[in-house]
Amino acid sequence: MSRLWRASPLTYCALIAATVMSLFPIYWMFVVASRSSDAMGQLPPPMTPGGNLGANIARLFDNTDAYFLTGLINSAIVATTVTVSVVFFCSLAGFAFAKLRFRGRNAMLMVIIATMMVPTQLGVIPLYILMTKLNLNDRLPAVILPALVTGFGVFMMRQYAGQAVSTELIEAARVDGCGTARIYWNVVVPALRPAAAVLGLLTFMTTWNDFLWPYAVLNDPENPTVQLSLRALSDGYYQDMSQVFTGTAIATLPLLLVFVLFGRQIIGGIMEGAVKA
Amino acid sequence: MALQLDAHPPATPAPRKTRPPRSGRLSRIDAKYSPYLYIAPFFVIFAIFGAWPLAYTFWVSLHDWDLLGTDPTFIGADNYTQLLVDSDFWHSVVNTLGIFVISTVPQLLLALWLANLLNRHLRFRTGWRMAVLVPNVTSTAAVAIVFGVLFGREFGMVNWMLDLVGLDPIGWKSDRFASWVAISAMVDWRWTGYNALIFLAAMQAIPRDLYEAAAIDGANRARQFWAVTVPLLKPTIIFCVIISTIGGLQLFTEPRLFHSGTNAIRGGPMRESQTLTMYMFENAFAPYYNFGYGSAVAWLLFALIAIVAAINVLIIRRLGAGARPKIGGRKGGPQ
Repeated sequence: MSRLWRASPLTYCALIAATVMSLFPIYWMFVVASRSSDAMGQLPPPMTPGGNLGANIARLFDNTDAYFLTGLINSAIVATTVTVSVVFFCSLAGFAFAKLRFRGRNAMLMVIIATMMVPTQLGVIPLYILMTKLNLNDRLPAVILPALVTGFGVFMMRQYAGQAVSTELIEAARVDGCGTARIYWNVVVPALRPAAAVLGLLTFMTTWNDFLWPYAVLNDPENPTVQLSLRALSDGYYQDMSQVFTGTAIATLPLLLVFVLFGRQIIGGIMEGAVKA
Repeated sequence: MALQLDAHPPATPAPRKTRPPRSGRLSRIDAKYSPYLYIAPFFVIFAIFGAWPLAYTFWVSLHDWDLLGTDPTFIGADNYTQLLVDSDFWHSVVNTLGIFVISTVPQLLLALWLANLLNRHLRFRTGWRMAVLVPNVTSTAAVAIVFGVLFGREFGMVNWMLDLVGLDPIGWKSDRFASWVAISAMVDWRWTGYNALIFLAAMQAIPRDLYEAAAIDGANRARQFWAVTVPLLKPTIIFCVIISTIGGLQLFTEPRLFHSGTNAIRGGPMRESQTLTMYMFENAFAPYYNFGYGSAVAWLLFALIAIVAAINVLIIRRLGAGARPKIGGRKGGPQ
């Protein structure tokens, strides 16, 4: 390769600087989370972890304003349910759009793509009214139901199914007497597995991270998602910042864990999506 | 005997050899209708939780619709006319646009530069990519709280560092412009790496012989970047600008959690960094519960997003018009 593409020491310096900038706030979050609450008042600020993490965690879970454990469990329930549902319904619809012939296919796909451009804010108030009428306010189904299937997911699975699922295989299965449901399960699902994994990861992270809609619909402080617990913690009047930071660290941990385990796939998914957009 | 080429079924169905006729009919019904079954979940969910709310927001916005009031009264466009003279509303529009501009512009420029760095032959390729993407996979709420502390007035690390270099502390939460900068820093921290990866993907699709040719013509790296890379990235840049526009104008979690306490939803005591979405929440939910007014804000937000997105596209088209080389046609794919 030509020297045009060689990375100079300067390139590495710049990348190291970018990495430090990226990681520092997260690192510092863990530093404060592991120290006593007076760490916040110290100048220069402490830069190494202390030994108070256990005590902070105990205080956090005892805090009766935050309902942090409930928040964690609720977030796990919501994110898991939504992820399973999104992967299933989006792969089903993506398969139909990519490989099945039916009347109105293109028009319906256009509708789905158009829905991706509607901002969430526009629906918040009527959704709130709807959930009140359905008696779901302050309950988890209110958070789960609107997220069960996404236009982005359908579009992504359609793109992937178009090239990853072999048409010959589908036809062969049809000749052998398979119905479309069996074709989906035995031919399409195995082929879609990599894309389904990426969609699942992205969906889990987005759902775990969501703040706006739960903030609107879950007003009962005793039944929050973990992000709402964080809000309750940070809006409180105590100066116990190490406890708050323990909360932010624990709320971020599942996301970081998923990223460490599946970072390669997530990066691949983001970059793939961009090329085809 | 003529071959029957059109879609009409023959008058008497030909006897099937491989399957009994009953399952043949079933499988035809299956092939014809099951696709609708597979895409139905999306349309059902979207109809209930997406399309209906969309139309209903508009309907609500034409009413004096109070949470406690039993029956809402139709007031036509009153909410809108009231909004147009509502100085708090315009204040939040300016905040939103201000934060959007000072976050998006540096973010996309930085992302371009970062992508250019990542597009070299690097050791630990995946490691660098993961490092720049980490901010994007953290919890927004958590990060907003952490940044809120970093930008604290008394003990915040940013002010401490300013002090080290002999600068006066800045009231990041009480000064309007400073709070915009702090919130933009958060947004940039979160999204620069994400955009960089999208740019990187597009850069890798640019044929490398273009750069060889440019180098032979005497173009240095900077010139190659502006004359080859940027013009060929135009579709991707437009994509990123639009995504950032939609995201930036909807900003809520970061400014909401940057502030804490009683004035949090106002973005500070003087509404220093109250965005449009926060203003919508303030009116639609606690403390006012005025659904009609909140809905009108939501629709104007939507209009604002559409207008800004259109302006963006126009500007980028115009900017790139002269610089675009003819080689774009060589790729052959849809642009």
